[in-house]
Amino acid sequence: MADLLTPQLNAESSAPDWLQARRLAGRAVWESSELPTRKTESWKYTSLFALQRPFMAATESAESAEELGFELPQLAGSRLVFVNGFWREDLSDIVPDEAIELVRFSEADQTQAALIAQHLGSVVPGNKHPFSALNDAVLADGVFLRIQKGSKAACPVQLVWHNSQQVDTAINSQRLLVLAEQHSEATVVEHFSGQGHSFTNGLSELILAAGATLNHSRLHLESAEALHIGGLHAALDRDATLNSFHVAFGGKLKRVDIVINHQGRGAHCQLDGMYLLRGQEHADYHTCIEHAVPHCTTDETFRGIVGDKASAVFNGRIHIHPDAQKTRAELSNKNLLTSATAEVNTKPELEIYADDVQCAHGATVAQLDESMLHYLRTRGIPADEALVLLSYGFINALVEKQRLESLRDFLKPLLADYFGAALAVDSDDAAG
Amino acid sequence: MLSIKDLHAEVEGKNILKGLNLGIREGEVHAIMGPNGSGKSTLGHVLSGRPGYEITQGSVEFLGKDLMELDTEERAQLGLFLAFQYPVEIPGVSNMEFLKASVDAVRESQGASAYDTVGFMRRAREACTAVDLDQAFLKRGVNEGFSGGEKKRNELMQMMLLEPRLCILDETDSGLDIDALQVVASCVNAMRSDSRSFLLVTHYQRLLGYIEPDFVHVLADGRIIKSGDKSLALELEAKGYSWLNDGEVA
Repeated sequence: MADLLTPQLNAESSAPDWLQARRLAGRAVWESSELPTRKTESWKYTSLFALQRPFMAATESAESAEELGFELPQLAGSRLVFVNGFWREDLSDIVPDEAIELVRFSEADQTQAALIAQHLGSVVPGNKHPFSALNDAVLADGVFLRIQKGSKAACPVQLVWHNSQQVDTAINSQRLLVLAEQHSEATVVEHFSGQGHSFTNGLSELILAAGATLNHSRLHLESAEALHIGGLHAALDRDATLNSFHVAFGGKLKRVDIVINHQGRGAHCQLDGMYLLRGQEHADYHTCIEHAVPHCTTDETFRGIVGDKASAVFNGRIHIHPDAQKTRAELSNKNLLTSATAEVNTKPELEIYADDVQCAHGATVAQLDESMLHYLRTRGIPADEALVLLSYGFINALVEKQRLESLRDFLKPLLADYFGAALAVDSDDAAG
Repeated sequence: MLSIKDLHAEVEGKNILKGLNLGIREGEVHAIMGPNGSGKSTLGHVLSGRPGYEITQGSVEFLGKDLMELDTEERAQLGLFLAFQYPVEIPGVSNMEFLKASVDAVRESQGASAYDTVGFMRRAREACTAVDLDQAFLKRGVNEGFSGGEKKRNELMQMMLLEPRLCILDETDSGLDIDALQVVASCVNAMRSDSRSFLLVTHYQRLLGYIEPDFVHVLADGRIIKSGDKSLALELEAKGYSWLNDGEVA
């Protein structure tokens, strides 16, 4: 395994003490860690072979939005854009909103820095994931979003991390900390895009205080060659609600670990995800929902379409601790394979130590419904087109569940493009 | 237009149709009535080419073509339409996307140009209004979460947009309240023309009070055992199906 730390150390800049301390701690863990191999159970179907080659430190880019080939959803709120890991003021837009504070770590004032230092890493389990340690070790400019107690953000906040072609084999890291204070509400969209073979090591932390609601999306729209190891860690206090939506297109190696910790009674999580893979792409979602306390609920749905020689891994763990009575948790993962050489490994993992719980799970590699196919054909739609339409519907049903209309509008053409179908009508205009 | 001769068909190895004969000419409205289990719905499914419905004997000719040689979509493109008794739900595909794909495919097969999006949406809204459905249903997933009556109206909307030559309505009237029944009737009556025919499959005479059929047939045990004009429906309503069974079988 090439040393992934060195190129980033060379690019290091000055940092406040609290950040420096975190870096050193992360570095110590990284240097003493063994990287997972395919003998490690949670990495059985995902090889890190693609990381075994030299990477270069990312460099700043001055390319324009056109040159970068930006295609971003139009969400109307604040947008922070990072290209090759560097903040791009010219591409960013801060829309003032009294409900939120949105700053980069490097710009944080004293109060904000204290909050960051207090919460950063607090929900990421210590040594479990060496890539989190690597993220700490090179931590430079993360994003801190604080939603004030009792306030509702007026517009969605969009965070864009884009890799330009300029450095084809760069290594980048991304960091986000969201602190949703008591009874606050906000929408956050994380957006990863870019060209080339770059490797992104991402880590996002969401902390929801009592009664907070956070609508979160994480979009992986990277190139077919991109490498991404990402972590999303969330902690939900009493009656907090997290709606988290994950989208993955493309990527030669994509691994996202999602860990949701229900820590306060009455917390609820809706976790949806979709992956659309082709060529030789590979995506691996490992989700883990920790039900530590009673009366929490989880609705988790992941769907994937895997074609050509692509492969997908889904591992959905739901861990219900002895105290977590009256838990209700549902997990579903459905996959469609569109070629004989595509591969899916799906596995639900329920660990239940409480006796008064409702838990359901299903994981399938399915065929499209025969009766739906027949119905479309009776309306004159040829079988091959009907299959495309049904595959599209299979995925779009998840998109339609999402609350943010501008996000749905953004994703639809991407779906149409993936399916190679001219979906003729924008249904949102249909009733206009 | 449609000529069915000595049709035998089985479902899961069980004989359902046992020598059915039926001829429908252009512009005619036929009603098929019969008790539960007589094969009424099977006939519609066989004509639509549903997988699992095997024809074991006989022939069906539609507009001069051997229907059994055609794929399901080719039958639809030729002008055969089946309004399902229990339409499936297709979440994730909006009604509008589905309708456009369907009408485009049928028009393309007939050598007609596709409607432009705006023009099509206008037509779809008009059809929606005609079947008394709120236009919000165009945005929703196909039949997703629709009530029984809304599904039936959705079937009729498709029928209006596809402008088929032969419309088979499979118990479209069952489970409908009187208002919905009148919508079905006015839709069918508005579409009646010299070149379009209808086959109404129904359990009750009720619908035929609103749509006047040219012929009424009674289906029992996989065969048409009696045919007549609209008065036959009234007679059935008054005497029940057992009257015929007693008469024929005895």
